[in-house]
Amino acid sequence: MDLTYSPAERTFQHAVRTWLKRNVPKRQRDERPMEWGDPRRLAQAKAWQRRVYEAGYLALAWPAEYGGQGADVMRQTIVNEEMVRARAPGLIGLMGVQMVGPTLIQHGTEVQRRRHLPKILTAEEIWCQGYSEPGAGSDLASLRTRAERDGDDFVVNGQKVWTSNAQFADWMFCLVRTDPEARKHAGISYLLIDMKSPGITVRPLVQMTGDAGFNEVFFEDVRVPQANLVGGLNNGWQVANATLAHERNMLGATTRTQQTFQSLVRLARTHGRGGRPASADPVVRQQLADLAIRVETMKLEAYRQLTDTLRGRPSGIAASLNKLITTELNHDLARTALDILGSYGPLGRRDARVRDRGIWPLDYMFSLGLIIGGGTSQIQKNIIAERGLGLPREVRPA
Amino acid sequence: MIDFGLSEEQEALQRAAREFLGRECPPALVRETANTPDGIPGALYAKMAELGWMGLVVPEAEGGLGLGVLELALVLEELGRVAAPGPFLGSQLVTAALLRAGTRTQRRTWLPRLLAGETFGALAYLEESDTHDPAGSTLRARRTRDGYRLNGRKLFVLGLPGAHVVLVAARTPRGPSLFLVEAATPGVRLRPAETIDLTRRVGEVELRDVAAGRDGLLGREGEGANLLTRLLDLGAVGIAADSLGGAERVLEMAVEYAKAREQFGRKIGSFQAIKHMAAEMAADVEPTRSLVWYAAYASDHRPREAARAAAIAKARLGEVYSRTAERSVQIHGGIGFTWEHDLHLWFKRARWNQVAFGDPTFHRERLATIDGY
Repeated sequence: MDLTYSPAERTFQHAVRTWLKRNVPKRQRDERPMEWGDPRRLAQAKAWQRRVYEAGYLALAWPAEYGGQGADVMRQTIVNEEMVRARAPGLIGLMGVQMVGPTLIQHGTEVQRRRHLPKILTAEEIWCQGYSEPGAGSDLASLRTRAERDGDDFVVNGQKVWTSNAQFADWMFCLVRTDPEARKHAGISYLLIDMKSPGITVRPLVQMTGDAGFNEVFFEDVRVPQANLVGGLNNGWQVANATLAHERNMLGATTRTQQTFQSLVRLARTHGRGGRPASADPVVRQQLADLAIRVETMKLEAYRQLTDTLRGRPSGIAASLNKLITTELNHDLARTALDILGSYGPLGRRDARVRDRGIWPLDYMFSLGLIIGGGTSQIQKNIIAERGLGLPREVRPA
Repeated sequence: MIDFGLSEEQEALQRAAREFLGRECPPALVRETANTPDGIPGALYAKMAELGWMGLVVPEAEGGLGLGVLELALVLEELGRVAAPGPFLGSQLVTAALLRAGTRTQRRTWLPRLLAGETFGALAYLEESDTHDPAGSTLRARRTRDGYRLNGRKLFVLGLPGAHVVLVAARTPRGPSLFLVEAATPGVRLRPAETIDLTRRVGEVELRDVAAGRDGLLGREGEGANLLTRLLDLGAVGIAADSLGGAERVLEMAVEYAKAREQFGRKIGSFQAIKHMAAEMAADVEPTRSLVWYAAYASDHRPREAARAAAIAKARLGEVYSRTAERSVQIHGGIGFTWEHDLHLWFKRARWNQVAFGDPTFHRERLATIDGY
């Protein structure tokens, strides 16, 4: 057991930290994805990712031939930690870097890799995920958007929903039904769709936060070349499952949670009632300590899982456990902040008396969205129980 | 190089301990031991001593295995998994106290006997006030020509009345001090407490003008609070490890039962009401392993973080074990509520584990203070 970085890792960490200190755009600190709708912000966000990539701090674990460095997980972990510590803006192309990229490296053709990977890294092309449909949420495999073969193309018809970033994305990785006769998991394919194709309509959906972060996407006779099929016809469910695992890891950002907790403690020490800070209240102290324990657990678990990865051990159901635990924890942090804020809690961002620029009520809503998105907590519990504990599967209609 | 995992040797120790206890400490032995006067399964402890477990953290030069608190925690986890009876933890605490503060004479007197697994130790620090403040003892030690005289009463002592040597937290005019008192000394009266836990003994010790020679004082007079704090942290880590093993076991039992029991023509484990409860139990238990490992590691290697890590581990595991045991009973339904089914052995042990060496509320407040909220 050893919880220190090696000299080489410390040197690397120092280099990352120094670079970030010099390069993080101050105006964009803590920038949130919900602000990317604005074209100027979008251009800034793309420029930021490009700088990170050119500095050599993006997708370090990818093979060198595809623009990575073939580095071990450790270096990527150090970069991630330092980014959060430096309050660097979020990476706009994360969906491409963490989900499509690894999928193409694993299942894509060489032509697909050469075509897409470089532009994913430089943020020249932004990706969105076409999974959920109005009738296919938790029961994703019942999706009905269909793709029929016609010459060298597929013709796609149907609708996707809750599609984040679709309003400015250049490409979508999409699950479509290619065999309506097969059992539902067996008739699905994974397609790469150019968002500029004729027949695609994107309609923004306003979230409860008031931001237009996600969309409905309609497909009407959209032609997609067969060359854009990933991992073989009717093999989309397997391909997507590999991607879902990446998504769950993406949501488990330990360092950011630690920082949110620190903000919460600052709030508790400076805000209170009747001239007494909340942190002097024994009940609040108990709540804060309980949250501190959960944050600490998450941090140590991240180290334990990292060790397992470095030792080449299978991750089992870690992705589901992480998704469940971290999203619930982040929501509880925001809820506790609102409790502490009392009457100040529900104030809007622009109110003169709002505390902490109104991040808490936003976080309270946003974090609830994360409990739902990417596989709800209930779906994660099914996975933990069935795949982790070996309990019998649901009785499912054929 | 970040490496937060067990070494091959540590994993081997864990496997060996699990295999040994699975064979040597079945629920039948736990029940049988509950009916003995001292609550100590002698044959099991003799074998544990042969394996070197009594002296796990004792340097090899003094007859021990020379291992660390992490290895001790791994063994305690396995003992918790089988709800092992007997005063193992109390002996470890007295041993640790001797290693930290004992004179050569004290070590030579007690260590060989403790390591042989025939003499057992217990740490007596609580009183009627039930305060965990290491400087909070009111039991008085008065200086005499040839040592000290002790007067007072200690409550809720894990491992009594079976233990032979009791480490007593007392107060002298110079402040908090610790004394080694032989249970057989005149004036010592032991009284077993009646407890719901069938797997452990808890007792009371009354000292009436009990003579402790100069060799009775452990460490410096008036400076006992520091040593006691470290012992309480070690106890907290030990109980946390025991709780981890127990929680894992009651979760396994619930899962096994849910896979076998049928109602409405289906295995009950196929119902989401059961499935989600089991998943929540796993999400509670699984990540706490890291807390125990880190607290044990910190105890040896990161002294400045040891208290915080112990508080975190104990607060979380105390709660998780009780909650997991409650849910396991719930999943078992009626059969889980019977005396005949073994589940209540763990369910009740979990309640002592929740309070021993500080309950979750105490440790959370401690954490809040350490972190400066």
